[in-house]
Amino acid sequence: MHGPPRGANSAPSQRPLADTRAPDEGDGVDTSPSVSDRIAKTTCYMCACRCGIDVHVKDGKVRYINGNNDHPVNRGVICGKGSSGIMQHYSPARLRKPLLRSGPRGSGEFREIEWEEAFSIATARLSAIRRTDPKRLAFFTGRDQSQSLTGWWASQFGTPNFAAHGGFCSVNMAAGGLYSIGGSFWEFGEPDWDNTKYFMLFGVAEDHDSNPIKIGLGKLKARGAKVVSINPCRTGYNAIADDWIGIRPGTDGLFVFALIHELMKAGRVDLDYLLHYTNAHMLVIQETDAADDGLFVRDADGNPLAWDRVAKASVKAIDPEAKPALTGSFEVDGRRCVPVFQLIADRYLDESYAPDAVAERCGIPADTIRRIAAELAHVAFEQTIELPVAWTDWAGRRHETIKGRPVSMHAMRGISAHTNGFHTCRAIHLLQVLLGTVDVPGGFRFKPPYPRSAPPGPKPAGKTVKPMTPLDGMPLGFVCGPDDLLVDEAGTPLRIDKAYSWDAPLAAHGLMHTVIRNAWAGDPYPIDTLMMYMSNMAWNSSMNTVETIHMLTDQDGTGNYKIPFIIYSDAYYSETVPFADLVLPDTTYLERHDCISLLDRPISHADGPGDAIRHPVVEPDRDVRPFQSVLIELGARLGLPGFVNDDGSAKYADYAEYIVNHERTPGIGPLAGWRGKDGTSIGKGEANPNQLQRYIDNGGFWHHDFADDQRYYKMANRSYLDFAVRMGFITEAEPIIFQLYSEPLQRFRLAARGHGRMQPPEAERQRIETYMDPLPLWYTPFEEAVVDLKKYPLHALTQRPMHMYHSWGSQNAWLRQITSQNRLFVHHRTGTSLGLVDDDWVWIESINGRVKGQIKLIDGVNESTVWTWNAIGKRRGSWGLKDDAAESNRGFLLNHIIGDQTSADASGKCYSNSDPVTGQAAWFDLRVRIVKCAAEEAGFTEPQFERFHQPPHFEPLPDKLSFGADFRRAREAAE
Amino acid sequence: MHPAFSVVFFTTATGAGYGLLALLGVLGAAGLVSPDFWLGFVGMGLALGLISAGLLSSTGHLGRPERAWRAFSQWRSSWLSREGVASVATFIPAGLFGIGWVILGRLDSWVAAAGVLAAIGAIVTVCMTGMIYASLKPIAHWHSPYTLPGYLIFSAMSGSVLLNAVLQGFALGSNIFLAFSVPLVLLGWIWKLATWRYNDRLETATTANTATGLAGGTVRTLEWPHTEENYLLKEMGFRIARKHSAKLRRITQALAFALPILLLVAAFAFPWPLAAVLSALAAVAQFAGMLVERWLFFAEAKHTVTLYYGR
Amino acid sequence: MTCLPTHTDKKLGLVIDLDTCVGCQACVTACKEWNTGGHMAPLTDIDPYGGHVDGVWFNRVHSYEHITEMGGRTVNFPRSCLHCEMPACVTVCPTGASYKRASDGIVLVDEDKCIGCKLCSWACPYGAREFDTDVGVMKKCTLCVDRIYNDNLAEQDRVPACVAACPTSARHFGDLGDPASAISLLVTERGGVDLMPEMGYHPTNKYLPPRAHTQRAASVPAKALEPVRAEGGFLGWVDRMLSN
Repeated sequence: MHGPPRGANSAPSQRPLADTRAPDEGDGVDTSPSVSDRIAKTTCYMCACRCGIDVHVKDGKVRYINGNNDHPVNRGVICGKGSSGIMQHYSPARLRKPLLRSGPRGSGEFREIEWEEAFSIATARLSAIRRTDPKRLAFFTGRDQSQSLTGWWASQFGTPNFAAHGGFCSVNMAAGGLYSIGGSFWEFGEPDWDNTKYFMLFGVAEDHDSNPIKIGLGKLKARGAKVVSINPCRTGYNAIADDWIGIRPGTDGLFVFALIHELMKAGRVDLDYLLHYTNAHMLVIQETDAADDGLFVRDADGNPLAWDRVAKASVKAIDPEAKPALTGSFEVDGRRCVPVFQLIADRYLDESYAPDAVAERCGIPADTIRRIAAELAHVAFEQTIELPVAWTDWAGRRHETIKGRPVSMHAMRGISAHTNGFHTCRAIHLLQVLLGTVDVPGGFRFKPPYPRSAPPGPKPAGKTVKPMTPLDGMPLGFVCGPDDLLVDEAGTPLRIDKAYSWDAPLAAHGLMHTVIRNAWAGDPYPIDTLMMYMSNMAWNSSMNTVETIHMLTDQDGTGNYKIPFIIYSDAYYSETVPFADLVLPDTTYLERHDCISLLDRPISHADGPGDAIRHPVVEPDRDVRPFQSVLIELGARLGLPGFVNDDGSAKYADYAEYIVNHERTPGIGPLAGWRGKDGTSIGKGEANPNQLQRYIDNGGFWHHDFADDQRYYKMANRSYLDFAVRMGFITEAEPIIFQLYSEPLQRFRLAARGHGRMQPPEAERQRIETYMDPLPLWYTPFEEAVVDLKKYPLHALTQRPMHMYHSWGSQNAWLRQITSQNRLFVHHRTGTSLGLVDDDWVWIESINGRVKGQIKLIDGVNESTVWTWNAIGKRRGSWGLKDDAAESNRGFLLNHIIGDQTSADASGKCYSNSDPVTGQAAWFDLRVRIVKCAAEEAGFTEPQFERFHQPPHFEPLPDKLSFGADFRRAREAAE
Repeated sequence: MHPAFSVVFFTTATGAGYGLLALLGVLGAAGLVSPDFWLGFVGMGLALGLISAGLLSSTGHLGRPERAWRAFSQWRSSWLSREGVASVATFIPAGLFGIGWVILGRLDSWVAAAGVLAAIGAIVTVCMTGMIYASLKPIAHWHSPYTLPGYLIFSAMSGSVLLNAVLQGFALGSNIFLAFSVPLVLLGWIWKLATWRYNDRLETATTANTATGLAGGTVRTLEWPHTEENYLLKEMGFRIARKHSAKLRRITQALAFALPILLLVAAFAFPWPLAAVLSALAAVAQFAGMLVERWLFFAEAKHTVTLYYGR
Repeated sequence: MTCLPTHTDKKLGLVIDLDTCVGCQACVTACKEWNTGGHMAPLTDIDPYGGHVDGVWFNRVHSYEHITEMGGRTVNFPRSCLHCEMPACVTVCPTGASYKRASDGIVLVDEDKCIGCKLCSWACPYGAREFDTDVGVMKKCTLCVDRIYNDNLAEQDRVPACVAACPTSARHFGDLGDPASAISLLVTERGGVDLMPEMGYHPTNKYLPPRAHTQRAASVPAKALEPVRAEGGFLGWVDRMLSN
């Protein structure tokens, strides 16, 4: 079942010749040149996937990077980005020294300063903030893989205004999963690639979870498993699907409900699974005006109750001996109540979710929906698998085999990035759970440290913010009801991004995309300093780019910037650097320490937990420092608790020292491997001074393989749960119950109905009532609901190409050759009806503005949808590109026309263009029309922006690159 | 195919030069011309000059011209190598023939033999040149029964028109030479028209389907591997608009065929020196026309690699 | 010598699975980084940061839409040297720079002999030849001849860089001259095809056609769903199931 360890050429195609001795050809070819002087095994950072890499160093230079054969994430393979790391590392756009703004903000005029000056400027500023009002520091960290450090730093500083880029990336995916099943797609779960027979892939996104998905798809293809993709665009993974369903954007929830409708009608749901692992049998109070309407019926100890069919009485829901009812209406202690499952049946059996009712809106024939439902049912119930492995569940019941229903699903950003994304994610999890396919053989599997309770604790800190005082927890967490919100009595948000407010109650990743507007508007309050790391907020990471650029540079009447001070750390001269007042130049990923921690997003896979490090492979040739070390030094200079010893001296010299010695709770630190003085513990244990060396010796990572009986049913597997407690993943070995019905959401509804201490402002009650539905629902995406659809008949989407997905600085010499200009892809019929042909230049117009680009007519796209590659368009003067680069002349950025706010509601309030539950940026709600541009307008993109000045001592850009010629010269000279 | 000037000029000039050389060799050997110094000097000078200039020009297409000598080594398999060998080998009898005629002032005996050998060498070299193109399967417009005869016909044609101009220049022209040239030009014209007709109707077995192995239906390019043009597209993906191509074909016909015929026919009617002027004009017009023809020969030729790029 | 060997001991080549390739470009940049420091180093990039960037790449991935009566499909299509058995790129070479190895069938260029006449690129129907304008010589895929026999690499890594990188296992390497090799069996099993067979070059590399819309596609023999036939409909069915 599980062959040898997951390393060593999992790509089955990687087979050397039977005899690899060189033949005697006599042509003088050197078939065994020396490759490198040394190989450093570290972790890639060309995207967020955390693959292991072997960096070959020759003559002090990086010669070659390949995938680490033993690494649990990529198992020897490497993606297009990973191999291009050399060009990223040697990019001419690398910053060289700390910079202090010398011209107007946004011009790119800087002077170089020494690190000491940079530290004193930052320390003086931040220290004043901390002494007066710590929340006037907003610290947002973009593509940050050190959130357990950066979040903790913010907490020690005392500001609640911290988040990374998840709010505009995938929080719907994360929250949708974590509030439903205590895990989620991508980082916290994966399909059972080795056993699944039917794989459904939802949503646009070319390459989320890059290599693991590709390795998995390769396995499915080799095995002949069926791949079904539900995606408006037929690119990348969708190209190899056996079935491509070109759904209309934003309607996936409806499609899933129609599948659920069909499955339920046909009795194709796994009742046993529902009873054992979900809250389907828990009783929900049904008393319309009661303050606890819609909450679970609980006993005196707070345990949810179910109705025992045999005893005809209420029982504790979590009772292995109970025989709970799933349907019916009951009275318990004089309260009318029904099981969750009754509510589910009532909702989804409604004819409004029948295939015929949704087909047109989804753009999918009803017969296709019925066929997919039948296929799901067939595979789940007729092709079940059983692994011959005995296991014991949480209640001590022994099972002789592990049973599985080999249907698995995965969802990507196309699901997340809509205003209805949270509920759509929940809908997909509901479908998986009804089929009994979560954490079973062939199904969707959790990656440790997940599953955790749904939602996981703890709650977000930041209710009280006091000078010189750390927060009482971490800034980001999971709310369980209105009492956990970060709002004041009047309902005003306490965070600058309005996370955990009535605007976005379940904002588990914060709302980085709202920070610039809110700070500019002083809403809910003005800030002093905006500190950011590795996030291109003045370009492709913001919606409404044109206005965002204005807000960054806008001044009040007295000539002061409305956002008074901006500190930014980046390794490259991105479009955001010129808007900073103080620039802290970061290193490349080959010059630094990092940890890919179980406290953040580790490298675990479903068969065991793991974490990893980066360590310096080469020394920087510039005056730059790793941001994490800079942050630790800043913490020490500011005297933040946790960063200084009792005598006030710095606790950690740099990030490496922190990684080894920091303990978040006793015995638990950033790395789980080789803990304890002698390095024999995992998970918990004393700091081990040799820990980093142990990691380096092991190939840059630590990984623990589960015993066979721990690999499935982790939500209820005694052996796994005990292990998880020992590791500190969870606090008690109790079963994790899937929350098909989400009580936390219902608590917000009750507040909207006037119950409880914390209630939404009057004008927002209806919004809360509607969207905080405890069961998954579908509604029209917001922009689609308000714009004139005749005027803006098309959906517009973006996705980054695989070779740039999640990549920081894809404008390197190799990757940019693959894509340096993006086209707008338009369906043939749509384009032809508009009189357009290939290569025409068109205006792409939305209610928010217009942008100009060139089109390409294609077949593989939903007819009502246009799309383009994202983040190809670049601003002139950035990223070390020449002025004639295609990126700034022909490439375009759709962000310019995506609004960052919704249209004003009846009360005049504009919300962020985000999901109303989680605050996830709704990139994909965009509606557009396309209009052929005038002849004289063709040939160049608009809007255009002023060219940035170049930082001091930037080298002139080369006319040619002969990378590798040196290696050859040295090799031939040695012969 | 990219119509690089170095190659366009090379094939046009050597074609004319070898044609002229062959005719001079045959005429000389047959005693149909007198061993006049100036005639020999100008005639052989022009022939060898065109050949040398063409060969020199061809090295402009090389990435490493300093290694051009290596090109003589692979005559067993490579038409280009054979062409190189043949062209150099032809210089030996051509040189002897030139020395005999110009310096020694004789066209008999071994000089006549050298003339015949030079003529054979010239014809062989032109065949080799033609075969370079005719042997390239990926370019169906070249890999055709029209290419090799075309090279020979155009060589003979432009050689004869040149020879006529030279003879007329020395007032040695005759209606026989004119009568020899005009039908050759006419043959060239017909051959070119036939070639174009063949090419325009060409349906090759090679399609985007066979290029990609995707059977049935249509195969359309979605995206190129790289967004900017690369070597393959620059060298082999040259595109010419149908309208532009039609215009250049008209220019080719006018300059290379129609005008020379008119001028040559007129030369019948006019006495020297006007006949000489007309003959020279015919040669100049034809040379210019053949440059256009050769430019089109490349520009209109479609390489199979363009199928991969949807061109 | 540009005459072809009458026989090669092995026919080393690649098999590319178009049913599995997602077009991720992993093979493209892995090839670039290995080879820009390898046997034919460097793979020069002209105007690397400008508007007319043009580099030497041995492996390029196209994408197509294949539209048939059965429907449309997007196909990602890696293109590199096919190491043909009858490579006219070799025989046209006037200098002997291009040659086909008699031992393993790999087609190589000896850069020291290349005069950069480009004729080989004209003779190759597949566009596998890459001219390095800076060095003035023709370059091409070496099938990683400096990897597949390299004693300095672990045995398992002695495969072409593109194959080692490929995350979906869409690329396979081996001896296509040995009918019993795994790669030959794969070609037989999946109906591997030659590109442009009508050209007569007899490419060694084979392509496995996409399976969608064919008999080979994965399918599920599912019967249409019928509503449960129980009293009380679905809820009645649930009750009955639980009572059993």
